[in-house]
Amino acid sequence: MSAIEGIARTNFAYLDEQTKRMIRRAILKAIAIPGYQVPFASREMPMPYGWGTGGVQVTAAIIGPEDRLKVIDQGADDTTNAVSIRAFFEKVANVAVTTHTRDATIIQTRHRIPEAPLSEGQVLVYQVPIPEPLRFLEPRETETRMMHALEEYGLMHVKLYEDIARNGHIATTYAYPVQVAGRYVMDPSPIPKFDNPKMDRSPALQLFGAGREKRIYAVPPFTEVKSLDFEDHPFTIQRFDKPCALCGSTHSYLDEVVLDDRGGRMFVCSDTDFCEERREAGHVGPLGVPA
Amino acid sequence: MYVAVKGGETAIAEAHRLLADRRRGPRDLPALSLAQIAGQLSLAVDRVMAEASLYDPILAALAVKQARGDMIEAIFLLRAYRTTLPRLAISQPLETAAMQIERRVSATYKDLPGGQLLGPTFDYTHRLLDPDLAGEEAEPETPARRAVSGEKVMRVSDILDGEGLVEGDGSFGPDHVAGDITREPLDFPMPRDTRLQVLARGDEGFLLALAYSTQRGYGRTHPFVGEIRIGLADVEIELPELGFSVPLGRIRITECQMVNQFKGSAKEPPQFTRGYGLVFGQSERKAMAMSLVDRALRADEFGEDIVAPAQDQEFVLSHADNVQATGFVEHLKLPHYVDFQAELDLVRRMRAEYEAKRAGQAGDEDAITSEAAQ
Repeated sequence: MSAIEGIARTNFAYLDEQTKRMIRRAILKAIAIPGYQVPFASREMPMPYGWGTGGVQVTAAIIGPEDRLKVIDQGADDTTNAVSIRAFFEKVANVAVTTHTRDATIIQTRHRIPEAPLSEGQVLVYQVPIPEPLRFLEPRETETRMMHALEEYGLMHVKLYEDIARNGHIATTYAYPVQVAGRYVMDPSPIPKFDNPKMDRSPALQLFGAGREKRIYAVPPFTEVKSLDFEDHPFTIQRFDKPCALCGSTHSYLDEVVLDDRGGRMFVCSDTDFCEERREAGHVGPLGVPA
Repeated sequence: MYVAVKGGETAIAEAHRLLADRRRGPRDLPALSLAQIAGQLSLAVDRVMAEASLYDPILAALAVKQARGDMIEAIFLLRAYRTTLPRLAISQPLETAAMQIERRVSATYKDLPGGQLLGPTFDYTHRLLDPDLAGEEAEPETPARRAVSGEKVMRVSDILDGEGLVEGDGSFGPDHVAGDITREPLDFPMPRDTRLQVLARGDEGFLLALAYSTQRGYGRTHPFVGEIRIGLADVEIELPELGFSVPLGRIRITECQMVNQFKGSAKEPPQFTRGYGLVFGQSERKAMAMSLVDRALRADEFGEDIVAPAQDQEFVLSHADNVQATGFVEHLKLPHYVDFQAELDLVRRMRAEYEAKRAGQAGDEDAITSEAAQ
């Protein structure tokens, strides 16, 4: 049973140093070619594929003992998978964690970009399920890589055009495709298109990790990120009719909360840290109580 | 009053406590030992080792126990452990001709050198539940044993090869370094060595279904079981200091050589082709399915039309891994309310536009009717 006794030990931030170096090389290449999907030798992680293994590997490769980590899922620090990933890094890297966007040096996220503007020196790590923006137009990797190489993005424009012809709108509401630095079309991960403008010329470094699909890509700080659109159908973001019920914010992304079985609904900020800070600063929404 | 949801951390901790309790089961019954699992549920342990790509029966037994018997969960546990291990060396190719045979059957020859050996097989058992196993079991009878001859048992493919009627084993150039799918990202089109690695750790059920589909006409390959052999093979590594190979130990493997039809071409004389399957432990079903899928995936090589799922590299190899598949399918239970909210908003808006348009049309019709009446 000697094999069993030796199981528990792992390196700082779980991955061995060679693996971290391999991931860092992929990250550097990704930064050098903004929006290009760099294949990397994704490892099996002790959490399931599709649950953030790509983001976790990127974070593990860049985190140091001095970092402060924030993990959010759907904008919230307290969703179960965010709790689980944060606990993982507390355990294997013993790093400081925070829920405050401003205090974090690394923010790992699933499906949202924090409402508070990010600053220079911060790194936003996205968990990505399907990194290929062209995947649902062309299922073959051999084909899509060729399309990127030739900058052959007509198919995507046709898809968006067909949306408009059929529905009067571009029917993509999340994972809305963007073009990075005027070259590669990129999947911004399944963030609502509400968040797309925050990616454009962000002072923070944005890294994207797709573990199952074994791809890393990046948007360097202050890089142009343009949501695809047409001159006569410009890109627009979602707007909410009501303010956040707790903090009264009118410019944040809201979650719909079902209150009863008679159609009662309320809308609250999806970014819990943003909402809390506003309430602490004295903002009160229609259903909130002063902090 | 609504307050933002809190308590994820406590909920997770409590759920894990409950899981540990359920895993242990009724406390008045003794807990399973790893030796019991490895000894009595050995085919479950074999499958976990095969699909986790790690040969260690005791750790696989631990994974089966920890996973409450959920095979894919157990495979996942063992794989996640495997990732943390360093790669110390690459073994020499296994010499399966020299393996200590426990079972060996051929469907292409009635008798052959080395003989047919049934071994510990479910074949020809009548699948009747055995009430004698339900309670205290009587000692089973001692099986007959042969002395280990140590003689090599000739492979059926070598018999055919002697006549030049089957394609050769194939070889790579001296500079070829075997790929490692656990250390490099998949890249298509994929060479056969890495394809076989993907199939060897691929999901048994998925490969079985694909293999079955080739038999039913979706990429037919006219297969015959040249040979299946199960037994213990030596694993050797070459030590540069010594200049020769030394054995590390023995592992139980199942090898299947499928012989398939091939018409020949202008360049090549008519000869049979091969499909190959090799799996850790005793798993004939997996090895056979693997060899059928391997052959189907060689369609390109033989200039066969690629018309069926089993012949399609990207389709087969991107979806064979059950740890990846289960993770991504099951991630749908994670919260998606941000994206759903975005869809909800769009559908509501489109609904409002639709209602408005319909009301507008109804208004026009009213106007026309009243004009006509005047």
